[in-house]
Parts: sequence; structure tokens; C-alpha cells
Amino acid sequence: MVHPFCNDLIATFKIENMQIHKQALEMGKVEDSQVNKEAGNSRRNFIRYSVAAGAGSLLGASLLTGKINAEESDGEKVKVLTTDGRLVEVEKGHLCCEPVSHEVARHGIGNKKMVMVIDLSKCRNARECVKGCQKMHYLPEDIEWIKLFLMRDNEDTGPYWFPKPCLHCNNPPCVKVCPVGATFKRSDGIVLIDNDRCIGCKFCMAACPYSSRVFNWKEPKIEPHELDKNYSPENSTPGKVGTVGKCDFCPDMVRQGKLPSCVTSCPNGVFYYGDENLDTVTNGSETLRFKKLLNDRTAYRFMEELGTEPSVYYLPPTNRLFDYKVGFNDISEEEIALYKKEARIED
Amino acid sequence: MNIDSKTQRTLNKFIPQLESMSKFGIAFLVILILIFFAGVYALYVQLTEGHIVTGMRDQVVWGLFIVNFIFFIGISYAGALISGILHLLRVPWRSPIIRMAEIITVVSTIIGPTYILLCVGRLDRVHHLLLFGRIQSPITWDVIAITTYLSGSIIFLYLATIRDFALLRDNPVKVARWRNWFYKVLSMGYSETPKQKEILARATDLLSIVIIPLAILVHSVLAWIFGMTLRPGWHSTIFAPYFVVAAVYSGTGVLILAMWVFRKVYKLESYITKIHFNYLGYILVMLGALYGYFTFSEYLTSWYGSIKWDMEVLHRLFDPSDYWWWFFFAAFIGVLLPIIIVTVPRFRNINSIAFASLIAVFALWVKRYLIIIPTLEAPLLPNHDLRPEFIHYSPTWVEWTLTVSGVGMFFLMFFLISKFIPIIPVMKISEEKDYNSLRKKVKERNLRRLMKQVRKSDTVNG
Ligand code: SF4
Ligand code: SF4
Repeated sequence: MVHPFCNDLIATFKIENMQIHKQALEMGKVEDSQVNKEAGNSRRNFIRYSVAAGAGSLLGASLLTGKINAEESDGEKVKVLTTDGRLVEVEKGHLCCEPVSHEVARHGIGNKKMVMVIDLSKCRNARECVKGCQKMHYLPEDIEWIKLFLMRDNEDTGPYWFPKPCLHCNNPPCVKVCPVGATFKRSDGIVLIDNDRCIGCKFCMAACPYSSRVFNWKEPKIEPHELDKNYSPENSTPGKVGTVGKCDFCPDMVRQGKLPSCVTSCPNGVFYYGDENLDTVTNGSETLRFKKLLNDRTAYRFMEELGTEPSVYYLPPTNRLFDYKVGFNDISEEEIALYKKEARIED
Repeated sequence: MNIDSKTQRTLNKFIPQLESMSKFGIAFLVILILIFFAGVYALYVQLTEGHIVTGMRDQVVWGLFIVNFIFFIGISYAGALISGILHLLRVPWRSPIIRMAEIITVVSTIIGPTYILLCVGRLDRVHHLLLFGRIQSPITWDVIAITTYLSGSIIFLYLATIRDFALLRDNPVKVARWRNWFYKVLSMGYSETPKQKEILARATDLLSIVIIPLAILVHSVLAWIFGMTLRPGWHSTIFAPYFVVAAVYSGTGVLILAMWVFRKVYKLESYITKIHFNYLGYILVMLGALYGYFTFSEYLTSWYGSIKWDMEVLHRLFDPSDYWWWFFFAAFIGVLLPIIIVTVPRFRNINSIAFASLIAVFALWVKRYLIIIPTLEAPLLPNHDLRPEFIHYSPTWVEWTLTVSGVGMFFLMFFLISKFIPIIPVMKISEEKDYNSLRKKVKERNLRRLMKQVRKSDTVNG
């Protein structure tokens, strides 16, 4: 399914199924022989395949480092029309995976402005978003890029569950303080980290008022064969020891016309993701007008008073679908006690 | 360079200090080197296993390393401000202590930034600071300010030592050949001609003017690393002057301690006298009061305003089961005790002033800890972490070892420098009058001034 906000991206690829025809690979600079050589050398052949950012054009020519999984290949080929009018044919499997280069990742995608709306009235601490995110980014269990808080504004008001990714601030304090530009704000509103440039000074962690950043205190334990992608600031995987990680708003998924995994794994449709410029957000099952939603539900941004101008909006936890206690179902006693203490809930 | 008998006498006093090392000295050196290697081992562990071996975690991202960094940059003020200002004001009693002060500056400005490097997750990428440096980041300001400051302090120390290098060149002491060679090179052909003397004096004046604003800037930038973030307890407009005052306070304290130690070890009683301790003690009191005033102002404002997040930090500081006793020590004892010791004449003597300085220095180290850690332990969002080390910071052996190692390095470098050059500027000292007569002179001058005033008021009244 192609989500509405991804239309403009997908439209640039005219995809049609084709007969296998190896010699017909007209892949710009990548020589056939080179492809074959690589194929012979390793089980996991990569034809690095870079989708150019900015104009949303497919630079078929700059097939930098794509990846074809030999075993998985069902031989199906697709033809892709680049914006400069050339026809490129690749195996279908390749289309999705290969991340963009570090340089490309520094600019936004097209003229997008990614936003998220989180509906607090539907959250019941199912924690599927956390797990989905961890799975997608190969995070160990003790690293959470999206965190769940039990909030209670004061002793007389009701507690509510509060999922919090990085808020991708439009005036991001973390970006301001980075001494090497390893964390940066893109034209599509996404704040990313280049883990190959980060020196690990942790200044951004001290500067982020929303506790969004986590540090790779030790070498992440990921077996290379688990990974199906190479590192790019856009997929943030694998994390690197001594550098900082955080929710990346999944720009790699946007490029593929897919939704971030927190959005798709939430059973309650709490997360809406989309493009502000197209004025649409979707949680996978319903697609809404972004501005209208904010208006109708009197959305707010978390700690707006800090002047950070987040890209994530919250719909207030009114008429909640679940009692907050439902959220205690699947978690340990110890955790419940901690949640209760922080939210000042007495039994 | 011909020297008079007085200079020769002074030099003779320092020759044993340069030529040989006592048994005690050798033992001290060995211990310091061992401590240094313990630090190297701790660093090795940290580099191979990652920062997981420290007590720092996602909430408390900065720990002992940053505390030590601020502390060492703070005590570097001894040379920059104290000796810079004393020099500019031509304070007559400064000569025997300025070199010590300048050595403190150089040594601690070398050790301080090392702690920043220990705190950085990717030591192998430090060159990115130059490759990709961004001027918007306070860390870049810090890199620029500290390197400038360090260069300035080294030149300042060097200029003030050239005359002694020349002295040692022309009156060789029995030391290794390479050392004599160094004296020769470092003296740069200085031979005390009137012209050279004038140039040197002018350069020193100029540098002491430059070094004062530079020092203030360095510590302000340091404070801004914290002040620029949106964190309770850090985001304060008075942070820069607060840090500067705290730094001079601790710098003066360390200077007094160094005077006390060297006076004992190298038997400098005739040079470093009670006058020095008293006068520096008065400076210490003044700075202590100023530091107390800033502390009071800072916490009163945030308590009175009682913003939720500020209160979170204050609760931690005033909670007896949390940081209260440390806070009590750093903000009350560390201010009041030195003031009482120095201002009450009955308590005031060389040893007690040194003790007061020790308290002040230690209190200031604790204060830096209390600036960094409680704020980081009080994030704006609730902390639901189940792992206790992610909520409460406690330094590990790696951090403690590296801390002790840094202090050891401070002593080591100080010790080695004191073996290389006389710890007191010999040439300058010998130009001056006897210290006992100096004391008399100061007294006389004060008396004269008093007389003048009496006379003046007489004429006004009469
Ligand atoms: S939430 Fe934190 S990490 Fe994310 S953009 Fe804002 S300041 Fe940066
Ligand atoms: S830890 Fe990395 S991303 Fe964060 S401020 Fe330092 S260099 Fe930049």
C-alpha cells in the first residue's frame, strides 16, 4: 500500500515487472563485469544503490553500493525510470534497501516536512512501538529510542501514558551545541546523527531537554549477517560505540514509501506520521488532514515553552479509550512501583 | 652575565634544589609515576571496553571527568589572575610567589583539558574538532579559548624565567649536559643589557594585561557550556561570573598551599614569609565572600521563583539523604571557615591559613560536583529507568583512578619543573631589598599614609 504522503516519491519510479534479462542491466557506471565479480566473491552481493535526495530523483547512475541478496532473489526484475529519463533495470529486492550516502543524508527528502501526531487518548502502554523500533534498528533491549512515560501533571489530574520519540525540534538545542556538526537538521525537518562523525562529547545529550538521546556505552552486539543494510545516518544502523543514538524519524522508510515501525507496530493506531506540506498524516489505517486534526483535537506540543518547536504534536488524553491501569498488565511489579512513584500515585 | 654577590648567594641557596634529589624526593617521584601508570591502565580499560566502565549513563552524561576539568581550569587562575594582577599593580611582595603561581597555571591548564578528552566517547575522532569545527558550539569556543590561554600562560611563564635561564647558563650548575644545553637555548642570548631588560619588562607587562581578560574568558566560556543548555540549575545568567569567582577562589587556595609546601620542603622561610600568607589570606577571604554571595544569589533566586524543575534540583541539594551534607560543606563551611580563620587574628597563622585554603579548594571541588551531577540527575521528564545506575550517578574505580592520577600528574609536573628551574625567581629576588626590611617598609608606608590623612583632616577641620 502506498501512503498518500509518499506519492510524490513513488511517482518518480515507474515500475513495471519485466522478464529476467541480465544483459539488459543498464546501470550507468556500474559495469556488468563488476557486478558479476562481486556476485562471485560473496554470498551477499551488494550493488550499492543510492537514491538521490533533494529533488527526489533517482540517480540511477550513482549506483554506489547496492545490495542484492542472492538467495532471496526471486529473479524478478523491475524497470525504473530515472527523472533524467533513463530506464534502469534492477532486481525488485534491491529497490528497498540500500541507504543513501552520508552526504545525501545531510539534506532533506524533496520538499517534505515530516511531522508526527501522537494520540494520547488511545495509548495503553502496549509497548509495541518500543519493540518495533528496537527490532528495526537492531537495538538491544536496554536501549530505547522511543520511551514510554506515565505522566501526571499534578496530584488531582488523571495519569496517562505518554510515548515519546525524539521530537525533531525545529529549533533543536542538540544541533546548536554539536561541535562537529555530527547532528544536524534537514530541510524535511528531521534531525539526524552521523555516527561516523560524532566524537561522543555528549553535549547534545546534556542539551536535549527531552531525554531523547542515548549513548552507545559499549560496542553494539550485532552479528553482521543480521544486518541487511549498510550504515547510513538515515537508517542509524548499526550504532557505533562511543557515539550517540536516537529516534531518527525513519527517513529510510520514507524513501521507500513506508511508515516508521512505531507507527505500524502500534496496535491502537496511536501514531500518525506524515508530511506537513501535503497536509496529511496517517497511522496506517486512517489518513487524516494534518491541520484539521490539530485544530479539531486542540493538539499541543510538549513543553512548547522551551522554544524548541517540536515536529511532534500530541492530542490531549481526553476521553481515553483505556484506563491507565491497563498499562500495568504486562510489566513487572518493580516497574509499576517506579511508574507510580514518579506519577505520585498512591494505592 | 656578571652577577653580584647577593645574587650568587641567592643562587647558591637554590643549587641543591636543582642539582640533586633527596631520598624523600625520589620516593615521591616513584609514587607519582606509579600513580600515573595506574591512570594509564584505567584509561586502557576505558578505551577497550567503552565508557560502560564509567559511572556515566544516559541521564548523567558527564561525571567526575568534567568536574575535574572545571576544577583544574579553575586553579589555573592562580597564575593568570593573581600573578597578572599583582604584576600590573606592582605589588611589592609578589616576587617570591609569582613563579609558583605561573607554574600552577601552566600545569593545570595542561591537565584540565585532558579530562575533556577522557570524557569524549571517540578519542580517535578528536581531530574532527578541527576538520568539522562549528563556531556555533560552545565546545569550539572552549577549544579556541583554552589553546590561546595555554599558549599565553606558557609565554608568560617563559618570559618571567628568561633571566634565570641566563643566570643558570652563565653560572653552570652540576647537572646533566642536556639540561645546561637547554638553559642555554632557552635563555635566547639574554645578557641583561639595558635594552634587553626594557624589552623583557615591556613584554611581560603586555602579556599580563592580555592574560587577565583571557583567563576571564576561558572560565566564562566554560560556564557557558552549562549555561547555554536548557537545564535547571545550569541555565543561569550569572553562571559565567560565578564560575570566574569560584575559579579565582580555588586558584588562590592552591597557590597558598603550594607556598606552604615549598616553603617547608625547600626551606624558603626567608623568602616566603608570613606577609605573603597574610596578604594572600586577605585576598582569599575577599574572594570567598564574593563566592558565597554568588552562591546565595543563585540559589535564592531559583528557590524564590520556585519553577518546578529548579525545585527538583534544589530538593536534591537540600535533602539530607541526598546531597545536603556535601552542599552544606561546599556552600557554607567552604566559605565561612576560611573567612573566620583569616579574619580572626587569634586563629591567623601560616599553618591555619594553609588549612583554610585546603578547605576552600576541597569545597570548590565538591561544589563543581554539585553543579554537574544533581542537575543531570533531575531531567525534565520523569526517569522510569529500572537500572539504579541510570538514575543515580556513582563514579567507578576507573573514574576515581583517573582523578587521582590527574592530581598525581599535577604534583609530578610541578615537582619536575621545580627541579628544572628555581621555584623562586632568583634574579628578581636578588634585586630587591631584604624581606624583613620590606616588611618594615610596608609598615612605614602605611604609617606615612596615615599621617598624611591625619594632617589632611587636621587642615580640613582646623
Ligand atoms: S527532542 Fe532532543 S534530540 Fe530530538 S531534536 Fe529536540 S533537542 Fe534534539
Ligand atoms: S555527542 Fe556527537 S552528536 Fe552529540 S554533540 Fe557531541 S559530537 Fe555532536
